[in-house]
Amino acid sequence: MNIVVCVKYVPDAQADRTFKADNTTDREAVDGLLSELDEYAVEEALKIVEAGEGEITALTMGPDDAVAAVKKSLQMGAHKGVHVNDAAIAGSDAVATSLVLAKAIEKIGSESGPVDLVLTGLGSTDGVMSVLPAMLAERLGLPQVTWASELTVEGGTARITRHNEAVTETIEASLPAVVSVTDQINDPRYPSFKGIMAAKKKPVEEWSLADLGVDAAEVGLGASWTSVVSAEARPPRQAGEIVTDEGDGGAKLVEFLASRRFA
Amino acid sequence: MSDVLVLVDHVDGQVRKATFEMLTAAARLGEPVAVWVGAGADAAAGDLGRYGATGLLVADDPALTDYLVAPLAELLAELVAQRSPAAVLVASTNDGKEIAGRLALKTSSGLITDAVDVQPGDGGVQTTQSVFAGNYTVVSRVAKGSPVVAVKPNSIPAQETGGSAPAVEQVSVQVSDAARAARITGRTAKEQTGRPALTEAAIVVSGGRGTGGDFGPVEAFADSLGAAVGASRAAVDAGWYPHSHQVGQTGVQVSPQLYIAAGISGAIQHRAGMQTSKTIVAVNKDAEAPIFELVDYGVVGDLFTVLPQATDAVNQRRG
Repeated sequence: MNIVVCVKYVPDAQADRTFKADNTTDREAVDGLLSELDEYAVEEALKIVEAGEGEITALTMGPDDAVAAVKKSLQMGAHKGVHVNDAAIAGSDAVATSLVLAKAIEKIGSESGPVDLVLTGLGSTDGVMSVLPAMLAERLGLPQVTWASELTVEGGTARITRHNEAVTETIEASLPAVVSVTDQINDPRYPSFKGIMAAKKKPVEEWSLADLGVDAAEVGLGASWTSVVSAEARPPRQAGEIVTDEGDGGAKLVEFLASRRFA
Repeated sequence: MSDVLVLVDHVDGQVRKATFEMLTAAARLGEPVAVWVGAGADAAAGDLGRYGATGLLVADDPALTDYLVAPLAELLAELVAQRSPAAVLVASTNDGKEIAGRLALKTSSGLITDAVDVQPGDGGVQTTQSVFAGNYTVVSRVAKGSPVVAVKPNSIPAQETGGSAPAVEQVSVQVSDAARAARITGRTAKEQTGRPALTEAAIVVSGGRGTGGDFGPVEAFADSLGAAVGASRAAVDAGWYPHSHQVGQTGVQVSPQLYIAAGISGAIQHRAGMQTSKTIVAVNKDAEAPIFELVDYGVVGDLFTVLPQATDAVNQRRG
């Protein structure tokens, strides 16, 4: 089983995230880390490989720092890493990102044997568009099996269960496939000391756009099919009224709701 | 005027409110044309017309409904090729966003998800999004191709236009084998609670860790207000409430007129899912809970005494 897990280095959601003058995310202003939602994809890949056999490649794209997302995946247990790093990538939107990642997945397949499974989180914790898995499936011509809260891979078939608001669905597809997983699917492990030490010896390849045969004009801010006109911080909320319950908290609450015509 | 395609969001023929909101937005950009996939279009045509649909394209083919989103993207791509619409609007749900993503690639069109507003603008469709847990408002221009916009439900007030039922035009697409590669093998409808859907509700009452697993007071208060019930990730992870009700970054993002958080501290992931609510209320024993930074009104107190009293008060007013 040859598994590629797409991982993203994102600004820490606990910090105050901002935009730069060109309206792209200011990735220098706050510390980055592996997107929390990608840890579930890495964990699921590890479980599949531990139950059978296979190799896990953690794939990311982004500036120098972004390799930290790959390194964390290697510490958790992924076998090798690929970091697509090219100055022309900066500012890429989901369309361009999916192009670069799809080309990298194809290259991984041509070098280390056909890729059976592409695993991703349900979205990144910065953009949260959640369109990348579908776009990768579109570009790679693979079935997309998304929002898995349970996954089994057996006999060349991926089967998932997923929960929507009104309905629970089971879905299956033959491998190779693109599968995205939710945060319900497992409990990601913490890297052990042994895992951290072992990760130092694991190979991480750095590829440029030229290595992937991608034209720099197809990616980056300039190639984006949408452009940001403005990004403005929302005015801070006016401080609300806070009362302490002294036996009439519920009644007071309803008085407030009535004043706003909710009750 | 150019068409604006609106992919109807419906569940077994029951049109969801998001559709009427999208028709209202579509009318600003051109002629709203509803695209209906599956059965039940005839019964809904009157309602669609009432909210501005001037056309109704119907594709009732099992190949479109048994295989997730890929065939729907193929259908819309075909319609885009035929009609060169000014824009294509879909609901910004899990499935809707994925359809949008694939459609954008197929038609080389710009893509925006989670739009809370859509307007005509100089040089293309202009969209508004709320990002970084609601802390930033981003306005974008989508100039390339037939802009594909996934519109966040409950963001744009639906307006009736008094239009009549549009004529039904059957459309079809030859679904590729590749698009049939992921097959839906089972579908189990969840138990109906009789409460409004979380994404559509004008009022949401959510419970968190502070409920200790007893959602009774939360549900009773929600029912007095005709509200949907939500839950924090802590409550869902503890197994106290179904994941489908989880409000937050990794659950459902809601933007109701009124959001009431009971026993929820307000971790950043939860805030990301509810911060754009118009009015926010919290009930929490801990006066230091970060949720109080967001509220229009807060009660520091035990939800097990505050909510039942509030429920009685609402019921008396309504009684």
